[in-house]
Amino acid sequence: MLHWPLYITFLGLLLLLLLPSRAGAGAARIVALAVSLAGLLVGLMAALRFDPHAGMVTLVNAQWIQWPAFRFHLAADGITVVMVLLTGIAAVAGVLFSWNIEHRTREYFAFYLTLIGAVYGVFLSVDLFLLFVFYELAIVPKYFLIALWGSTRKTYGAMKLALYSFVGSAMVLIALLATYVMSGITAPSTNASAGAIASFNLLDLARHSFPHDFQLWAFPLMFVGFAILGGLWPFHSWAPTGHVAAPTAASMLLAGVIMKLGAYGALRVAMTLFPAGLIHWQMPLAWLAVIGIVYGALAALVQNDFKFVIGYSSVSHMGFVMLGLMTLTTVGLHGAILQMFSHGIIAGLLFGVVGRMVYDRAHTRELDALEGLKLARALPFAAFTFVVAGAASMGLPGFSGFVAELQVIIGAWKAFPAMTLVVGAGIIIGVAYTWRALHKAFFSDHNSSPPHHDALPPITWPEKAGAILLMLCTLAVGLYPRILLDWIIPALDSPLFAGLQKVIGP
Amino acid sequence: MDHWLNLTVLTFTPLVGALAVLTAGGGCARRARRLAMTVSLATLFECLMLWNRFDPMQGGLQWVERHAWIPSLGVNYFVGADGLSMLMLLLTTLVTPAAILAARSIQDKAALYFGLMLLLETGLLGAFTAMNFFHWFLFWELTLIPAFFLIKLWGGPQRAPAAMQFFVYTMVGSVTLLLAMLAIFRATGQFDFPELARLGRSGELYALVAMHLPTGNIPVPAVMLLLFGGVFLAFAIKTPILPFHTWLPAAYAEAPTSTTMLLTGVMSKLGVYGLLRLALPIFPNEVRSLSGLLLGLAVATVVISACTAFVQRDLKRLLGYSSINHLGYCVLGMVAAANATAQDAAHQAAALNGVLLQMFNHGITAATLFAAVGWLEQRSEGRRAVDDFGGLRRVAPVYAGLTGIAWFASLGLPGLNGFVGEFLVFKGVFGLAPWAAAASALGLLVTAVVILTVMQRVFHGPLNPAWEGLTDMTPAERLVFVPAAALMLLLGIWPVPVINLVNETILRLAAHLQI
Repeated sequence: MLHWPLYITFLGLLLLLLLPSRAGAGAARIVALAVSLAGLLVGLMAALRFDPHAGMVTLVNAQWIQWPAFRFHLAADGITVVMVLLTGIAAVAGVLFSWNIEHRTREYFAFYLTLIGAVYGVFLSVDLFLLFVFYELAIVPKYFLIALWGSTRKTYGAMKLALYSFVGSAMVLIALLATYVMSGITAPSTNASAGAIASFNLLDLARHSFPHDFQLWAFPLMFVGFAILGGLWPFHSWAPTGHVAAPTAASMLLAGVIMKLGAYGALRVAMTLFPAGLIHWQMPLAWLAVIGIVYGALAALVQNDFKFVIGYSSVSHMGFVMLGLMTLTTVGLHGAILQMFSHGIIAGLLFGVVGRMVYDRAHTRELDALEGLKLARALPFAAFTFVVAGAASMGLPGFSGFVAELQVIIGAWKAFPAMTLVVGAGIIIGVAYTWRALHKAFFSDHNSSPPHHDALPPITWPEKAGAILLMLCTLAVGLYPRILLDWIIPALDSPLFAGLQKVIGP
Repeated sequence: MDHWLNLTVLTFTPLVGALAVLTAGGGCARRARRLAMTVSLATLFECLMLWNRFDPMQGGLQWVERHAWIPSLGVNYFVGADGLSMLMLLLTTLVTPAAILAARSIQDKAALYFGLMLLLETGLLGAFTAMNFFHWFLFWELTLIPAFFLIKLWGGPQRAPAAMQFFVYTMVGSVTLLLAMLAIFRATGQFDFPELARLGRSGELYALVAMHLPTGNIPVPAVMLLLFGGVFLAFAIKTPILPFHTWLPAAYAEAPTSTTMLLTGVMSKLGVYGLLRLALPIFPNEVRSLSGLLLGLAVATVVISACTAFVQRDLKRLLGYSSINHLGYCVLGMVAAANATAQDAAHQAAALNGVLLQMFNHGITAATLFAAVGWLEQRSEGRRAVDDFGGLRRVAPVYAGLTGIAWFASLGLPGLNGFVGEFLVFKGVFGLAPWAAAASALGLLVTAVVILTVMQRVFHGPLNPAWEGLTDMTPAERLVFVPAAALMLLLGIWPVPVINLVNETILRLAAHLQI
């Protein structure tokens, strides 16, 4: 039942396209909200029934193309559950924050639902060819959402994002085809008598033990291919420009779930299949992650565009995901997965405040210009939301980011004590840029220009609903992280990760 | 055992009150303040009831509640109170109503102001009772947010940089503390304070760090020193200890008076409390090997801050530096006590008793003094320089009399509460580290000069004609000062209740620290 959100989203897309053209923007919004809500609720119900100890559970496995053996094979474990829930929450919040889209509303939501559906598809696929199809499918609506509904340098941002994505996909595709070929030559290590059968299926491939030399080049190719979308430094530069150019809901989805696609692929495919290559490349990739944390934070500290601050903060926070993966400790991996969820929620909240609540009203995102507007008085709810989101983003305890980063750091102490100290500096810079933005945008005493916020319309109910949903999520996970850890922890013990378990410590 | 009133109820009473104030107190400052006052008095009442049930002879943690929270990370919901915690709970619940009472002038967004005050109280109560690092850190950081906004939104003209500096300094300390404690978790798999203290004392912590942290070529004692440094920095900033104090004068001076009462009265004790609860028990060997340096820092804190107070013109900044000076005695006594052997047990116990008394007494006295300066500021349209006044004794005799008690208590006059704590600290430190005690005595002297000068300039001398029309304290305003003055007198003459409360806890801590 966990895969139903995928079907629901695409059926909803169909419904949206079949709406009579005289049904206005309102109908499109309601359909989009209903579809994403249905996806979230069905996903949640399925998640509650899901047995986290069952390992990888096949949901549907149907013949698709006979040769080469492409199958429509969807399966889920605890990690998938967390990602599906994240997608559902981000989708609902994104629709709520897009309520004011008046320009070509139906097309907007059509692209939006395509994107959501593709993301569900990536998280649920275990046939790697299917996964790749969904992965590519996600790029197209992204491009159009930014190019048509975006703001600052939107065509540039859209094109840059698409090009980076395609380069990453190309790397993944090459590695994927090579893996397919190799799996036809090497016998599965667990069942040597079965003989070598070329396969695209992750569950089959995980039983293979690929030659060391092959892993040494296939791993970085596939890992980096995915990690480009995860914002790995120095391949991150699409992220800030893309986030800034995108309309609010697309920024929320880009930072919230699209970047997770990259990190998810890196873990689910690259790390699972090539543990030997992983060991070899652990150190350099960990350094890239740490540099990303500090560089993202430093860059955020000097931005004058409010949205760029958040864009770079995403690079910094995704660095924690990458670092957690690279610690090769169970606690670090738990932290990385929790951080994927946590950042998805928090980034959504931050972009919601900046893009929708502030920019759509003040029509500027320059921090210097916002200083004169006294937004804390004009938009108290926006200020409150940003305080909560900022506190969560800087990793204060009680919010989801803290538990996630805490686990990543515990893992990092085991693997790389020296890097941990650098990460500490990154966290402090994180505090500094968050308060700088908070101060300049909301609480500045600066009064060079007279406040003219009589014209600022009040915060609407969809914005409030979306913000409250996201705030409750980050608070709930922060105070009681077991609601997610109880899915994540058993998932990593499943046989799928047998190869990975050999190289990771506690 | 299963009494309805436990530490959880106590901790969350102000939080529930904060929500009530925020929802019901909107728009009307009076109603918000009354509601907040009721809540804080109820919390005080709960705390007194707990005190009544407290068994001081037991020494260990009482009213323990322990539940698994995040099993995979060794995180427990773990609260308990020993004599030290109980004393701090009493201080918190006493100072908060006084601060709310002194916040009469807050009219703008009053519901938010009082809501944040109560939130701060919850943070403090939680931090004084949590016995698991994760749980404790949650409350430690929870205090930051309300304190930051109380300064930032209601403070004086320089509030924005003051609030920022306060926040960033504290966060730097928090991050080093967090990193160090996570390394220790990595090595031990433990977040519970009692268990960590046991490992620290028995030396198992060394073995575990050596085994589980890949330290490369760095020897284990050096790693331990580094970890201790991370933990120490957080508390050195919070207390503060020189040279990490520079955030304090601005924060205390810019914050609204009632907020400063909580900051200096209770929040600064979080630093001393952290040293007593984490740094000393977990790192006894590191404290001992660094004791020369730490004593030097403590002496420098005592002497330099007293001298800096001497040259201040702004009364709030002066009190800020004087506050650093007074907490310096706590650090002095604590560090000296940490470097003791079994033969010095008497000195050690005296010093630690003095530290705890001083924490409590300074909390009461400093909060009262800030309230006193706040009163002046209100009457004089925001003036608070030492030289702005003169001869107030004549126009405001009640004010001069009541606050005079607080000034003398701060000076350490025998018969008032401040004397007992400082006397015991010095008595203990003289036996353990005579040179440090001798050098710190200079601080006592300078403080006396500072306070006498202030009293001379403000209360005595010719009456400044500008204040001829000054009205003396109204009965309502006396509500803050009369109980405080009574408490100072009482504890000066009869400190036994406090000493009884903490004595058994101190003996345990002293035994823990002996070689």
